[in-house]
Amino acid sequence: MVEVLRHDVVIVGGGGAGLRAAIAAVEADPKASVALVSKVYPMRSHTVSAEGGAAAVARADDSLEMHGYDTVKGSDFLGDQDHIQYFVEQAPKELTLLEHWGCPWSRNDDGSVATRAFGGMTTKRTWYAADKVGFHMLHSLFQHSLRFDRIVRYDEYFVTKLLVLDGRVHGVAALDVREGVVRAILGRAVILATGGAGKAFPFTTNGNIKTGDGMALAYREGVALKDMEFVQYHPTGLPGTGILITEAARGEGGTLKNADGERFLVTRDYGVGKKAELGPRDMISRAIMLEIQAGRGVEGPYGEHVLLDLRHLGEEKIDTRIPFVRELAKTYAFVDPVYEPIPIRPVLHYMMGGVDTDIDGATTLPGLYAAGETACGSINGANRLGSNSLTECLVFGARSGAHAVRYASGAGAPDEARARAQAEEEAARLDGIRGAGRGDEPIVRVRQEMNRSMEAGCGVYREQGSMARTCKELAGLQARAERLKLTDTSKVFNTEIVAALELWNLLDVAEAIANAAASRKESRGAHACSDYPARNDAEYLYHTLVLRGPDGRPRLGKKPVTLGIWEPEERKY
Amino acid sequence: MSGRETKTFVVTRFDPDRDEAPRTQEYEVPVRGDWKVLDALNYIKDEVDPTLSHRWSCRMAVCGSCGMQVNGEPKLTCKTALREYGERVEVGPLANFPVVRDLVIEMDGFMERLSAVKPWILEAKGAAEVEGPHRQTPDELAAFKQYSMCINCMLCYAACPVVANEPDFLGPAALALGHRYNQDSRDHGASERHEVFRGEGGVFSCSYANECSEVCPKNVDPSKAIQQAKLLNVLDWAKGFVVPRGGK
Repeated sequence: MVEVLRHDVVIVGGGGAGLRAAIAAVEADPKASVALVSKVYPMRSHTVSAEGGAAAVARADDSLEMHGYDTVKGSDFLGDQDHIQYFVEQAPKELTLLEHWGCPWSRNDDGSVATRAFGGMTTKRTWYAADKVGFHMLHSLFQHSLRFDRIVRYDEYFVTKLLVLDGRVHGVAALDVREGVVRAILGRAVILATGGAGKAFPFTTNGNIKTGDGMALAYREGVALKDMEFVQYHPTGLPGTGILITEAARGEGGTLKNADGERFLVTRDYGVGKKAELGPRDMISRAIMLEIQAGRGVEGPYGEHVLLDLRHLGEEKIDTRIPFVRELAKTYAFVDPVYEPIPIRPVLHYMMGGVDTDIDGATTLPGLYAAGETACGSINGANRLGSNSLTECLVFGARSGAHAVRYASGAGAPDEARARAQAEEEAARLDGIRGAGRGDEPIVRVRQEMNRSMEAGCGVYREQGSMARTCKELAGLQARAERLKLTDTSKVFNTEIVAALELWNLLDVAEAIANAAASRKESRGAHACSDYPARNDAEYLYHTLVLRGPDGRPRLGKKPVTLGIWEPEERKY
Repeated sequence: MSGRETKTFVVTRFDPDRDEAPRTQEYEVPVRGDWKVLDALNYIKDEVDPTLSHRWSCRMAVCGSCGMQVNGEPKLTCKTALREYGERVEVGPLANFPVVRDLVIEMDGFMERLSAVKPWILEAKGAAEVEGPHRQTPDELAAFKQYSMCINCMLCYAACPVVANEPDFLGPAALALGHRYNQDSRDHGASERHEVFRGEGGVFSCSYANECSEVCPKNVDPSKAIQQAKLLNVLDWAKGFVVPRGGK
């Protein structure tokens, strides 16, 4: 019989958003018990890889209004302005709180917190801890969370299903990867904080664990995914590996050059104006692709790329401000940026879309919340500004944690017997999958074909024909994925079954991305459609919803954008 | 860089449901010139043997998941270039830890040790809440910054001769982390941590072999942290005779 574990709130994911939610929940309710369920140990979460910084107004020459406007403009006017207003107001409080919890923010000489320039931000408002901001945030949050006995961790538990009864969530069924058994972790509220789904694509900054798990869990229970067509390509990834070279490299003065040594963002009109290398990510990624298409790229072992030149910054500045960039370039590109430019090309980085939530992080399924990259609380709209996402994890992690625990205290107790029965079914399902030996489709082949198709249809530039083809191919891959070939029959730490579960999650998310993209016949933010190169507010100023239809196929819907503070205008820098 | 050469990987396998003891299995892998050890393991998992179990995620030396013994030395496999090795490469689970399966080690003990050193800011008793960020000068930051860089990869535990012999030893990463908070100008919990440090398995168990600092992929230098902590611990202990506890 499946073991039942009881808590008030169950949080799925132990990165920035999940940890912040857990701390907020136990602080908001002195009796609440919180389960923190992660498929890895929390300090392995992909928040760890964020490099450049976290945005919040800190200087006298800045204002909440300016941070709000920059974010709205960056979103190509698809962000919800009331949410953005709340976000910029809370941002300084959250980053200060993290300071109180020990985050080693870099400092000015007078001991105040230092800030740096970032793309699309009018002034220096990005707080940083050298160039390992995600790492320090994650470890500060994780270490602080260890203070609280009421945060009970379930490390290396893979959540396979939300337990939903009578129209509300009662907890999760989770595979204890080490033991190979399913357990029911019950709670009256569940917060999804599992990050994005970069592994749907072949070339990504994302770690291996970024497989859209929370998005897929919500989607299967009838919750809408929102704005999934908007995926962010970061302009500067290392060719081959896709390893991130932070935007802070440009914030500190790095320049982009083509094969002729020309600073193309200055010499040619790519819409970024005087911002040049500090333009927003969507525009700079497109500029690089156009340079390469025009034959001004540099040939390399992994295709063509352009160059990020840091040499003029000098060794001392590089070693103080962006030491990790130097370490990464030397280790993974065999280039020392003090002496040579770094080869870079645009790389899939971030999902603007995610589980549709309101300002509290609540979804349409009572008791279910989402925060961080998993969620789409419409802060980022069609294009996220660099350094807004770490702050978003904190602001909306905290809010969803506080609201989830409040919801839980007013909700009736979970129906244990029926919830357990659901988990029993889930256990039986997984037993039927593990090492089944029936299928004939190797996991790696389906994954690679999904990756190839996503890049072909949902890349930096998209066109109607290739998007339609990708939608069709993904439907075919879903069918093939029902026949995955699994051979590992062991229960203990079976990473093959985990890879299969992750692939199924990715396929659902990939289908949502591709179908949403195909439906948007305009260009906005990160969705650059070659057949429809202009933004079309008259017809497309809305959020795209993707719901899972009864046949398992995606169905599209719409949701209005909340305006009211800043009127949509042409987005030019 | 694109040319491939074949290397033989001798990988430790262990499935507690089937094996009484760990065994090795050999795999031939066509490797690229720019590959790390982890790339070869992922190739084996994808293309040769899907039953191999290993942990990894970020593949950029910051998540700390993929520590293993490579030719007998603890290494972060995503950071270790294959071109530094010959035709045969031995990969096994990190030493000094119980093995869950194949290359996956048991981490519970390490997680308990992390918590034991109270790795969070301890406020002064009765202190008023600070409005806004604390002031902390670049020099004050530099006093602990290096010790805050630990990614919990546990290579230092695999290298430490004391960990191998003394099961209660808190170990290099945990002690360095405790020391990191003691050195932070915002923290007021040094005396509390010094009590942990002078207890069983604390800083005085360290024999200063320095192996931890040599294998650390992030230059944290836990050995230096522990030696500093020993000195401060003695001073804190002596202070206890002069000033009553809590009188800091």
